[in-house]
Amino acid sequence: MVRQVNSVTVTDRRTAPPAESMRGSRGAVRLAGVSKVFGRGSSAVRALDQVSLEVPPGEFTCLIGASGCGKSTLLSLVAGLEQATSGEVSTGGSRVAFMFQEPALFPWLTAAGNVELALRARGLGQAERRQRTAELLETVRLTGFGGKRPHQLSGGMRQRVALARALAQDADVLLMDEPFGALDAMTRDVLHDELDRICAGRALTVLFVTHNVREAVRLGDRVIVLSSRPGRVIAEFDVPIERPRRIDSAPVAELAARVTDRLREEMSRDAG
Amino acid sequence: MPANTPLPVDKSVPGYVEKLTYLESLEAPSDQGRRRLATRVWGGLWPVALAIVIVLAVWQLIHLSGWKSQIFPGPGAVLSNLWDQLQTGLLWHAIATTATRAVLGFGLSVLIGAVIGALVSRIKPLRAAVGSLITGLQTLPSIAWFPFAIILFGISTTAILFVIILGSAPSVANGLIAGVDYTPPLLLKAGKMMGLRRLSLYRYLILPASLPAFVAGLKQGWAFAWRSLMAGELLVIIANQPSLGVLLSTDQDQSDMASATAIIIVILILGVLVDQLFGLADGAIRRRWGLADAS
Repeated sequence: MVRQVNSVTVTDRRTAPPAESMRGSRGAVRLAGVSKVFGRGSSAVRALDQVSLEVPPGEFTCLIGASGCGKSTLLSLVAGLEQATSGEVSTGGSRVAFMFQEPALFPWLTAAGNVELALRARGLGQAERRQRTAELLETVRLTGFGGKRPHQLSGGMRQRVALARALAQDADVLLMDEPFGALDAMTRDVLHDELDRICAGRALTVLFVTHNVREAVRLGDRVIVLSSRPGRVIAEFDVPIERPRRIDSAPVAELAARVTDRLREEMSRDAG
Repeated sequence: MPANTPLPVDKSVPGYVEKLTYLESLEAPSDQGRRRLATRVWGGLWPVALAIVIVLAVWQLIHLSGWKSQIFPGPGAVLSNLWDQLQTGLLWHAIATTATRAVLGFGLSVLIGAVIGALVSRIKPLRAAVGSLITGLQTLPSIAWFPFAIILFGISTTAILFVIILGSAPSVANGLIAGVDYTPPLLLKAGKMMGLRRLSLYRYLILPASLPAFVAGLKQGWAFAWRSLMAGELLVIIANQPSLGVLLSTDQDQSDMASATAIIIVILILGVLVDQLFGLADGAIRRRWGLADAS
């Protein structure tokens, strides 16, 4: 365990040149010198400042930072829901799915109906939709709950449906904006395991935003630390801890402590 | 890839996730709309029955006090008058005429209101031009349109329908516009990420999301339509076409207070019945969406 923690590398990649080989490859996410400014003139707020990062296909990357560091903005840019003020965002033509902090399920549809709508949007036929819906509900272990409406499900189950709906989009890149932030610790722990299991069976690139350091270390192949106002990449931590991981295991706790130290350092510099 | 790869984490308890899912399902809100039908009907009926009893009692007391006793009938006289009229063909004929106009007028209002609402919510310049006009029309008492309508269409059913539409369509349009406007932005984001675009975005997201506001608009539109219709039938009296308004007007000419009151009761009951239908639709949507409070 000590060996693993020692092998953690801390690098400052703000100045790292983009790897040309990765450009345009499916499932890769690349941000080059991306800035995002909201508003204009004196009331303008710079949410992101010169953020450059590369996520290779199939990597699970966690973005962490204090509130106001533009984590969610970054995801919106990758999703194409907003446009960068300057810089370049590229997903190499990947299909991108988004999971929000709230489940954002359509309340007039059943759990199965929500999943099926994502399949319908892809143009799948009825027979295939029905079969895929059943499979996806099984994947998130909600077989038997397909007929329930969102309000009849608990918070954790709703997020499972949202995950199934995101998977239904058959995306190469999955963006997750604090998807478990509103759940209790036990439910979250179970969903971490589920997410591990589901990602293990798929070539899925994940960008996972959280403000929970332990969650980031528990889930990520890599943890990227952002500064606050404006958001900048200030550090990256590779997470060489073997899976299966536990959020309460010693290596996770040790690395989380180092990430937290880095965050504190940044915050105290802000204060000073 | 196989969907159900075994859990990579040993949680020591077999079926840990299944158990948690089961526990979560217990925690999830239970169905509240599944109470027995009889209980629900009774729950809805007894306050109405109580209200009717109170009104009748107060009415009877006023009658007993002798206030305007020459012209003001008690509930007994009015109800027996109503009973008698229900045996004649005239009242039923009048109800049929009025109901037909109501269905036709309201139906056209819904059609026109929905088309206008859809266009205004979709086309930005149109909204700037017509948006406030619609609200203006909504606040304008529709009875003010009758001189205009009568000059334009004469003493005819068309004049009545015209005023119904002017009174009711704006509410329908506004209901739809409000529904489209208040489609939750988060759901819009989710829909766009899912790949819903243009028509499919409307069909699968915006229209269903605006359904509750649309139904509220329909309900309000109905109230305006019904009022406009009653005003119209009192002002636009067409010969040989008995309607509830004509019966009322005749009663006024003959100072037949018992009959006039009986007709008012009929109008009230019809209005309430239709309103109840909208209430049912609204309740069904709320239950479906999980917005219903325990009722």
